Amino acid sequence: MKNRRKSTLLLLILAALLLCTVVLSGAALARQAVETDFTRKNLAPCVPFLFGTDWMGRDMLARTLAGLSLSIRVGALTACVSAAIALALGTASAALGGWVDSLVSWLIDLVMGIPHILLILLVSLACGRGLWGVTAGVALTHWPSLARLVRAEVLQLRQAPWLQAARRLGTPPERLARNHLLPHLLPQLLTGLILQFPHAILHEASVTFLGFGLPPDQPAIGVILEESMGYLAAGRWWLALLPGLSLAAAVLLFALIGERLRLLLSPATAQE
Amino acid sequence: MKHRLQFTAKKLVRMALLLLGVSLTAFLLMDASPLDPLRTNIGQAALGTMSPEQVARLEDYWGVNTPAAERYLGWLSSALRGDLGVSLLYRQPVLTVIGQRLAVSVWLLVFAWALSGALGLALGVLAGSRRGRWPDRLIRGTCLILYSTPSFWLALVLLMIFSVWLRVLPIGLSVPIGGTADSVTLLERLHHAVLPALTLSVAGLPGVALHTREKTADVMDSDYVLFSRARGERGILRRHVVPNVLLPAMTLQFASVGEIIGSSVLVEQVFSYPGLGQAAVSAGLGGDMPLLLGITVITAALVFGGNLTADLLYGVLDPRIRRGAAKG
Repeated sequence: MKNRRKSTLLLLILAALLLCTVVLSGAALARQAVETDFTRKNLAPCVPFLFGTDWMGRDMLARTLAGLSLSIRVGALTACVSAAIALALGTASAALGGWVDSLVSWLIDLVMGIPHILLILLVSLACGRGLWGVTAGVALTHWPSLARLVRAEVLQLRQAPWLQAARRLGTPPERLARNHLLPHLLPQLLTGLILQFPHAILHEASVTFLGFGLPPDQPAIGVILEESMGYLAAGRWWLALLPGLSLAAAVLLFALIGERLRLLLSPATAQE
Repeated sequence: MKHRLQFTAKKLVRMALLLLGVSLTAFLLMDASPLDPLRTNIGQAALGTMSPEQVARLEDYWGVNTPAAERYLGWLSSALRGDLGVSLLYRQPVLTVIGQRLAVSVWLLVFAWALSGALGLALGVLAGSRRGRWPDRLIRGTCLILYSTPSFWLALVLLMIFSVWLRVLPIGLSVPIGGTADSVTLLERLHHAVLPALTLSVAGLPGVALHTREKTADVMDSDYVLFSRARGERGILRRHVVPNVLLPAMTLQFASVGEIIGSSVLVEQVFSYPGLGQAAVSAGLGGDMPLLLGITVITAALVFGGNLTADLLYGVLDPRIRRGAAKG
């Protein structure tokens, strides 16, 4: 904790490496994750199969890695899309004001009014479930809190003396936005983006678990956990425990990075 | 007082408009779904063997051929008269189904809501007032881990430990199997509710605790706490910190109704607990549009009700806001 800047950077690099490994190995193991072999079914975790095998003899480690890789890719896509929506709506609402502002705040209240899971289910249904259903569902429901943040930030920045001065000097609006607004907004947005990640991954897994997301033939964490429910009473603990633990670890990593970045970038705690 | 009434009226109008928006959004989303309710519920094979008249009658029942605008307006006009339609899967009025399900879920929700709120507040104040020391680190670390844990996986792990391994708690449902409804005792109901309620509370805990911790830390840094410390006052925590932290905590607590309903959908699914959340999942998977629409509107009304309570409570509890509002 002595040097937060250094330790955060180290954590970021480590996480990025780990992430690449998981995504790449998951993609490489995609075939192995669905390969069945009935001579090795229902094995508890042992040396060649660290996470055990299921009732069709599929390697749970390969399935978990493939699932995590899928989750992380979906999470990255949805977090970026929802951050983009948040940026667009937040800035529009602050810069244009008037009825646009009221409309955006009404929309935010609307999205926040329906319990998250329920809204994702509805959007996923509208897209016919599957990969794109859950991706659209998560992407379209995670922007409100960040949009609020962006709006407040832009409103505050507009009052800043240097921005007023730049405007009086006749700086064109697009340069004003690029040189004077964006650099201040970027750290907030970046932190928001990374903090969206854990939510996005968890919600993707939850919705898939409920049967509204990825189809059962995909090795997704939600699918793995849903299948494991049937073998719970039979005492096959490894089917649920290890994949879920890996998911929680991945989410925790993102939450930690987001938290560190937030502390580092917010002026109130940067000097601690 | 007049101001307060005006404020409440304004909020109520906004709430009604939002509910209208929620129902329209939910309807449009469900209407846009390419999933055919006939094929989901009856199956391709059975449909193939049916006569065209039978298929037409079923299409009529599931409302396939009625135009969307007509269906929505029809739904809206009867909803305004307090009739949310008939559930297609359960063949009962939607309000009856929701009432039955909510009666099962409500104890779970209330218990988890109260426990996570109270425990979260206590842990948050404890961590915030000892910032940087071991209680803070321990609580913050635990909360971050819990925050990253999927609630349905937590439910699975708890099931594995208490129901499969230790065999002390039942593995699912809300009542024992094989008895009639009046033979079920309260103790049996509680026995079945322990694990779901516990999981829900744990799922809601980290948000409250981490939020309270931040607020407590802010108050601890304030000038008035520094001043009372310098005066050598005792009971600073009780007199200055808790009253100032309680307000935002209350607001958050009332605003978190939606989140707890959201997690209950997942937790009820794992425990096969026949509550509202489970009904939402079956309605969604089975294409039961009236029921899903009804559940969405009712839960949204609960969420907006929670937010309204938070806004009103703020005025009641905080003398600064009360007087400020009276002046303005």
